[in-house]
Amino acid sequence: MSDIFGWTILWVGLSFGLYIYIAWRSRVSDAASFYIAGKGVPPIANGMATAADWMSAVSFIGLAGLVSFTGYWSSSLLMGWTGGYVLLALLLAPYLRKFGKFTVPDFIGDRYYSDTARLVAAACTVFISFTYICGQMRGVGIVFSRFLHVELATGVVIGMIIVFFYAGLGGMKGITYTQVAQYCVLITAYVVPAIAISMVITGNPIPQLGFGSEIVQEGIYKGQYVLQALDNIALDLGMKEYTATFGAGASSKLNILLICFTMMCGTAGLPHVIIRFFTTPTVRDARKSAGWALLFIAILYTTCPAVAAFARFNMVNTINDKSFEAAPSWFKNWEDPGLIVWVDKNNDGIIQYRNGKVFAGKPVLKPKSELGKYGERQVSNKLTDSPNELYMDRDIMVLANPEIGGLPAWVIGLVAAGGLAAALSTAAGLLLAIGSSISHDLYFRVINKEASEQKRLLVARVVIGISVVCAGWFGIHPPGFVTQVVAWAFGMAAASFFPVIILGIFTTSTTKEGAVAGMATGMIFTAAYIINTTYLGGTTWFFGINTMGIGAIGLILNFTVAITVSRFTAPPPQEIQDMVQSVRVPRGAGAAVQIHT
Amino acid sequence: MKDLNLYWKKNLKIMAVLLSIWFFVSYFCGIIIVDVLNKIMIGGFPLGFWFAQQGSMFVFVALIFVYCNLMEKLDKEFDVDE
Repeated sequence: MSDIFGWTILWVGLSFGLYIYIAWRSRVSDAASFYIAGKGVPPIANGMATAADWMSAVSFIGLAGLVSFTGYWSSSLLMGWTGGYVLLALLLAPYLRKFGKFTVPDFIGDRYYSDTARLVAAACTVFISFTYICGQMRGVGIVFSRFLHVELATGVVIGMIIVFFYAGLGGMKGITYTQVAQYCVLITAYVVPAIAISMVITGNPIPQLGFGSEIVQEGIYKGQYVLQALDNIALDLGMKEYTATFGAGASSKLNILLICFTMMCGTAGLPHVIIRFFTTPTVRDARKSAGWALLFIAILYTTCPAVAAFARFNMVNTINDKSFEAAPSWFKNWEDPGLIVWVDKNNDGIIQYRNGKVFAGKPVLKPKSELGKYGERQVSNKLTDSPNELYMDRDIMVLANPEIGGLPAWVIGLVAAGGLAAALSTAAGLLLAIGSSISHDLYFRVINKEASEQKRLLVARVVIGISVVCAGWFGIHPPGFVTQVVAWAFGMAAASFFPVIILGIFTTSTTKEGAVAGMATGMIFTAAYIINTTYLGGTTWFFGINTMGIGAIGLILNFTVAITVSRFTAPPPQEIQDMVQSVRVPRGAGAAVQIHT
Repeated sequence: MKDLNLYWKKNLKIMAVLLSIWFFVSYFCGIIIVDVLNKIMIGGFPLGFWFAQQGSMFVFVALIFVYCNLMEKLDKEFDVDE
């Protein structure tokens, strides 16, 4: 354990030093560099930065666990979060780059010749980004507390200081180059353990292929395919097969389709992702950036289902039906943070992992002075009738995976640095989206149109500072909505931004009244549905569609309302129609940049 | 610069073709007919499950790079490249 601790400190320390060094080297003093890195980021670097920006603590720590526990269902997220980039590349990135401004509300405000639309868009940007960032700060805190044994609050504060330092100092330029470094750290930390475990279980060094190979590890499953073994294990334990497809509720075919679609359109509509494509030198580079970004993302996302399968296989194999006293040391290490709990329901001293919940809710640990008969940590939760004795938090599948696979300490130490890189890079990107929305769209474009560049930068930095503090506070004291981040952020982005940006580019006839009415309808419907089902105990009354998939319906409403209202209102002025025409042609992208000073 | 309307129409056509492939691998193979495809095994993968968890992602990456190339050619053809 002390070895692992030493390596963790070393990797985290080195990576933090690197981020701060890069941030200091790329500090900026002009608005164009601050908001969009002076449009000088080459496509491969921008692709890496976008990938790091995109892949959050949830992707890094949580996704494999989710795949591991939900099997096929998780495909809706895997495909949704990657397929969105195809939409971005084909439908948005080149045109928004040609348009050549700083933010998403900039496009919406100018294209729909309306400060109301601009304000609605700015408010959405801030809300979406803020919901998302609270989860990131919590992620930072969790990694710190689990690996470096500090209080969650201390971890969050350390994360806050670092993020503020480089997002506030370097703006988009600073975070872009820091994110390139963070991508390298997080992908190494993800892929190295995956390769090692794939080698051990299947003998194949490429996890993506190992996932479909035969098991060579000694044991009763030797000679079976990995997925086949997982199906058999699941059946033995009284669960649904790992590769089983549809079920009731959230896993119905309709819900999976809609969740996948919401995630795709939400991805393409997330403001902190879209602004990345304003940073490239040309339209051509904006298209290429999207390709590189997805390639870099896909390296992690295609490794993820393999990691999930291997981790599940290892986990069940190493501890199910084994006595607690003989359990490996990692099992006991992860008991203290409450990520693994064993309740000896039948008093036989053996760990039985079965279908069903062990107890209701999240574990509430009793103090260390009240250990059980075999030295296990006890919980005060109300137990269920299920024969299952093992509670596992999803996050364990990535956090403990290298330990479960018996990898050396230096590899295990990498995981913490990777998780922190993922959380910090996303947090920085979100902070910048919030900072530029408020300082540029709200302050400069609406409140004080005469503001000097210095003043706008100051406002942006102050806003970033305030947001960091708020996000940190919510990271330590998470409000209910943070756990619903996915439903909120993606649902709102899909139902508000995506349709009006598409209509803004692909039609010349959509009017400001249409856009504002469409955005409002999509947003209000989606928000009301999520609030009603999540917080007010309402049912999923709309064809049983769950909160994660409802954004797709909001999106359809948005399109319908925007198109209908546009028919009955005065057409957009000629110069707007000309602007739409010019956005469709790549030439002249450089010249389109207008930096107002 | 040549006929920009024709340029835009060709652009929309490229998009339509690529988005059909996008729809086909993810929504069609990965979700709509996944149960049928799962009866086919490729190595240790049930085919539908593979599309849903890996295959469609590989195709997505390829689609974007194909799009970049096609559009670069189209931009040159219509003399609107940068």
